[in-house]
Amino acid sequence: MAEIVIIGAGPAGIAAAEMLCAKGLKPILIDEGARAGGQGYRRPASDLALDMNRLMGSEAEKYTALHRRFETLLPRLDYRPQTLVWAIDGSTLHLLRDGQAETQPFDRLLIASGAMDRIAPLPGWTLPGVFTLGGAQVALKDQGCLIGNRVAFLGSSPLLTLAAKQYREMGAEIAVIADTTPFSAKIAALPGLLRAPRTLVRGLWYMGAALRAGIPLLHGVMPIAIEGESRVEALVLRDAQGRERRFACDAVALGYGLKPETQLADLAGASFAYDPDFRLFLPAIDSMGRARPGLYLAGDGVRIGGADAAEASGALAAQAILADLGHGQDIAVTRTLARDVGRLRDFQRGLARAFAWPKAQIAALPDSVTLCRCEKITIGEVRAAMAKDLGPVEVNRVKAMTRCGMGRCQGRVCGPALQEIVAAEIGGDGAAAGRLRGQAPVKPIALAAAGSTA
Amino acid sequence: MEPPRAQFRRVAARTGRPATLRFDGATIHATAGDSVLAALLESGVLVRRLEFGGEPRAGFCLMGACQDCWVWSAEGGRIRACTTPVADGMELFAEPQPQAPGHG
Repeated sequence: MAEIVIIGAGPAGIAAAEMLCAKGLKPILIDEGARAGGQGYRRPASDLALDMNRLMGSEAEKYTALHRRFETLLPRLDYRPQTLVWAIDGSTLHLLRDGQAETQPFDRLLIASGAMDRIAPLPGWTLPGVFTLGGAQVALKDQGCLIGNRVAFLGSSPLLTLAAKQYREMGAEIAVIADTTPFSAKIAALPGLLRAPRTLVRGLWYMGAALRAGIPLLHGVMPIAIEGESRVEALVLRDAQGRERRFACDAVALGYGLKPETQLADLAGASFAYDPDFRLFLPAIDSMGRARPGLYLAGDGVRIGGADAAEASGALAAQAILADLGHGQDIAVTRTLARDVGRLRDFQRGLARAFAWPKAQIAALPDSVTLCRCEKITIGEVRAAMAKDLGPVEVNRVKAMTRCGMGRCQGRVCGPALQEIVAAEIGGDGAAAGRLRGQAPVKPIALAAAGSTA
Repeated sequence: MEPPRAQFRRVAARTGRPATLRFDGATIHATAGDSVLAALLESGVLVRRLEFGGEPRAGFCLMGACQDCWVWSAEGGRIRACTTPVADGMELFAEPQPQAPGHG
């Protein structure tokens, strides 16, 4: 029987596994996390007294259902939690579990690696107390902790108001919700967003709740700095009316939407194309998620679409696997799934305009701002390297010259901002700046462990 | 001097077994199920100083992606604090210990 491996036990990976198991196949489901669910549907440890129904709000039912479905699947799966895929070599995965390296061959590989926050730097963003927006939610859902007592939410994302609502309900003070995209851009994006009215209504309701609670909800802000001696003390910004405002806080949650974790797709041989709406290089896939023969990509790890799209795209990729293995696919199911995935991803495309990546603000950041937090490389160092005669004009050469993107995170955090700095210096767009190539190991591992592979 | 203010604030109780760890010699009281990072940030310690210039850092993404919360074990191994659960008796350090072999 063909060995089918799924990487990632979030909604996409679980939905794919479910569909394959229904056909009597037994896929291997590998996940870096300790418990299935991915980031969004993360399940807290059983001893944590956290009311997940309340926290998940309108998504509570789906959250519960997904975990129940996963429980049902478990006996029919080869589930391997807490296992890192750190390299892909031909049709072999290199795994690390409990410090031990092993390999796993595959015939079909479905990668559902999920997403992380896209981050724009600003002065002070490396201070203790500044976390990603997703991180702020992980602290709550995984650990039952708030990232601070008085939290400022900065970025451009519908998740700013959602996370602020969760934080407020759990007892945090919200210093401010500050979105860099002007309100006019949100209105302009409305027609595209009407295709998924349920999500839209939810978003508007969160905004309304924030306003009713008296929380400053600002649009069109220009972040100036996060201030503090050795930890966060305040967020300073210029509001849409041009006034400088200082919000005292002890934590900042920072997020400009999500970006797919594409390193494994890269190592598995996917080709990439620049997406001007998201301003990201994304793996090329067909309508069912095929990236190349034997390689399938689903969920937020290939296109940001949210949990519902992830689930549908995981099931759709499983249909592609079944068809390619000669099991036949259910045409009606495939058509419905493809339509859902298309509609939900179009909605996210609309959101990418309503909550825009602030490329002009990033290009205008002062030289002194840290760009690479791994090795403390400033924007000025990148600009200086590029300004030299025969200086680099593309991100991979800039990385080689300055080490920006070469640190332990492998450019996960600095990559999108580096792209804008490079694009601005060469007077081109993000496509011209080029794409940071993925490298194994995709996350740091001890050399001793890598060398222990039998 | 007033005690350092904790960065994290626990809002959901844990019922697991207590776990005690030591971080740079200080005793940290945690509960089984806590991540090392949550345990450190709840107790108000400084997690680490950046190897490049020494500025304070306390994690960032909390999901194992940014690699900005590594601390050191007594044996010289590196531990990513946000994805490592606490274990009773753990001995950790903000910086590599002199006897540690130079891990890459």
